[in-house]
Amino acid sequence: MGSLGTILGTWLAGFFTLAILSFLYKDNPFYKLAEHVYVGVSAGYWLIYVAFFDVEPMLIGTFRTQTGLEKWIILVPGALGLIMLSRWFPKIGWLSRWPIAFTVGIGAGLGITANLQGFVIPQIGATFVPLSLTSVKGFLDVCLVIGVITTILYFYFSKPHKGILGTSAWIGIFFIMVSFGASFGYTLMARISLLIGRLDFLLTDLLHVIK
Amino acid sequence: MKRTVPLIITFVTAFFLVVSFFIPHEPFGALEQRMLVWFAIVSGFTMLLGVDSLIRAHTRQFLRFKPGWTQSLALIIGLIVTVVLGVVGRVKFGSPFHLQSPFMFVYTYAIVPLQATMFALLAFFIASASYRAFRTRNWVATVLLVSAVIVMLWRIVPSGHSISPFLDWLGEDAIMNTFQMAAKRGIQIGAALGAVSMSLRIMLGIERSYLS
Amino acid sequence: MAEPTRKSFWEAMNTIDRRIIFLILFIVVTIPMLLTIGGEIPPTPPVQQAYDAVEALEPGDILMVSIDFDATSAPELMPMLKSVLRQAFRKDVKVIMLGHIAIGLPLGHMALEQIAQEFGKEYGKDYVDLGYRPGYIAVMIAMGREIGDIFATDYRGTSIRELEVTKNVHSYKDIKLLFGFEHGGVLDYWVRYAQARFGQKMTFGTTAVMAPDAYPYLQSAQIEGLVGGLKGAAEYETLVGTTGLGTRGMPAQLWAHVLVIGFIVVGNLGYFFTRRQRSRQGGDA
Repeated sequence: MGSLGTILGTWLAGFFTLAILSFLYKDNPFYKLAEHVYVGVSAGYWLIYVAFFDVEPMLIGTFRTQTGLEKWIILVPGALGLIMLSRWFPKIGWLSRWPIAFTVGIGAGLGITANLQGFVIPQIGATFVPLSLTSVKGFLDVCLVIGVITTILYFYFSKPHKGILGTSAWIGIFFIMVSFGASFGYTLMARISLLIGRLDFLLTDLLHVIK
Repeated sequence: MKRTVPLIITFVTAFFLVVSFFIPHEPFGALEQRMLVWFAIVSGFTMLLGVDSLIRAHTRQFLRFKPGWTQSLALIIGLIVTVVLGVVGRVKFGSPFHLQSPFMFVYTYAIVPLQATMFALLAFFIASASYRAFRTRNWVATVLLVSAVIVMLWRIVPSGHSISPFLDWLGEDAIMNTFQMAAKRGIQIGAALGAVSMSLRIMLGIERSYLS
Repeated sequence: MAEPTRKSFWEAMNTIDRRIIFLILFIVVTIPMLLTIGGEIPPTPPVQQAYDAVEALEPGDILMVSIDFDATSAPELMPMLKSVLRQAFRKDVKVIMLGHIAIGLPLGHMALEQIAQEFGKEYGKDYVDLGYRPGYIAVMIAMGREIGDIFATDYRGTSIRELEVTKNVHSYKDIKLLFGFEHGGVLDYWVRYAQARFGQKMTFGTTAVMAPDAYPYLQSAQIEGLVGGLKGAAEYETLVGTTGLGTRGMPAQLWAHVLVIGFIVVGNLGYFFTRRQRSRQGGDA
């Protein structure tokens, strides 16, 4: 698109940006319009990518380029995908359970091994650090081990939090609150960054105040 | 039939994938690969379900001139324009995502600013919440607040180090690499074990909520 | 008729219209962006590790870049992405791009084309965009066996066996490093499904929201490095020797942090003083 398209597009983007930001003053028709346009174009985007990143390359493309069994067997997932859409028709909607069961089964089967191999075992392994109180690093390593154990114990609700379990859970809360505080600090930074991004667009691309 | 067949499908696919993890050789490896490709194809169709209910609801609103019908019309127009330009882009340029494609005009000047600004609003709300709601009512809230302030001071530029090397150590080594990491690890180990247990329940047919 | 009770200063501060807070934040973020340009930002160890991982690649090695974010995280992740691409193209590393967040992939594509043009790189010969396939974990695991089963073609529909970069790329064994740009849980999938099962070396750029969650992977050496948030992007830009939104946004971020810390302090002072006032009035009654 030429420079006229860029100028028009920038003004359109500026309009949408200011329409959304106007919500900060109060809800208004411009904000509602922008919100609905957002939902509409996002839905349109989803349709386009299903068509051109899923159906076309993986189904149609495979059917056209492959031969023999590989050509015809690709109709099976295609059929499963179409059966998924039977949810639109109440009388045959129960058929959609088959492709859903297929996808849920795959997710479950992969999840069992991946969560154990990919997270639980390596993370527990990384918690086995040399313990020593003779240095600052050693002290922090002791804190690390205590933190992991007491955090896990905090979420153990099968017994009342009394006695040793209660004390461990109390220590665990301390570590959890430190982590929530760190997450809050980082989340704040993230949100401010988003605002900086939009202001950069307004000041640079739209208003040309910053070169 | 309506419930038994799906439960069997779930069990067979999940069990097969667990077995293929331990026996990657033929025929398990090739069959697993085929199932994964099929999963990718089928999961794309789930997106269509959500779009359909959206189109129906707003078309009904517009056609019956219910309150807010103008916004529903804007939604439908936005959807149609995006789809049409996407198809034009595919036909003319080989892909809707080609940089010259008219679809990219909608993406760059509508989708991106709308999406980005929606989330930029959160900056204002989090600042307002910090002022109005963040109270040190008890020791746990105080710990949370102190930790947040230390991290924020540590992350500002040019670097927390220029405020104090101790702040640098506190932010990086003490909080991020030890205390918060320990808690995150504990929480995520619990979540991962929960996910494994849920996956087993689904595989064995104990958990059936996905069939409703 | 009883006179309305006048609000004390702290009561008034506690019930201030939130639009005033919005306006103060808007001004505090805008003015530094107009007046100041950020300088060099010394890198923290996780960012240095991520940079070193890319720096260790040799000319001709393949770097896989995964676009797992959308416009909601673009201000933080686009500067990182551009810096990584500049570093890679400077080293004549081949780049294969793909993504798991479909609505964000065009952002990655635009950055790739822009940076490739800066370095005179040619599509197909120096870089390829595979596009998107649904399925997250299925895609990640299938790529471990044969990438062509999932990505038979690139985003334009050209067979990957006809493109110089991808013609001999079959699995993670042919990918020296994966650099993921993450704004959600896809990072966990990459580590649990691709790193754990296939040993793929990987490093990540994440939003500031995600960064604390990724620290366990860093400590367990499951990932090579971590670039977190806009500050991480600024640090990476310093390492690569460029100035982008990461560096430019630092003054505004500094003052926003100071402002929010001030809000927290003033808010809590107001809370304590009004609570004390109420308990005194309750005692007097």
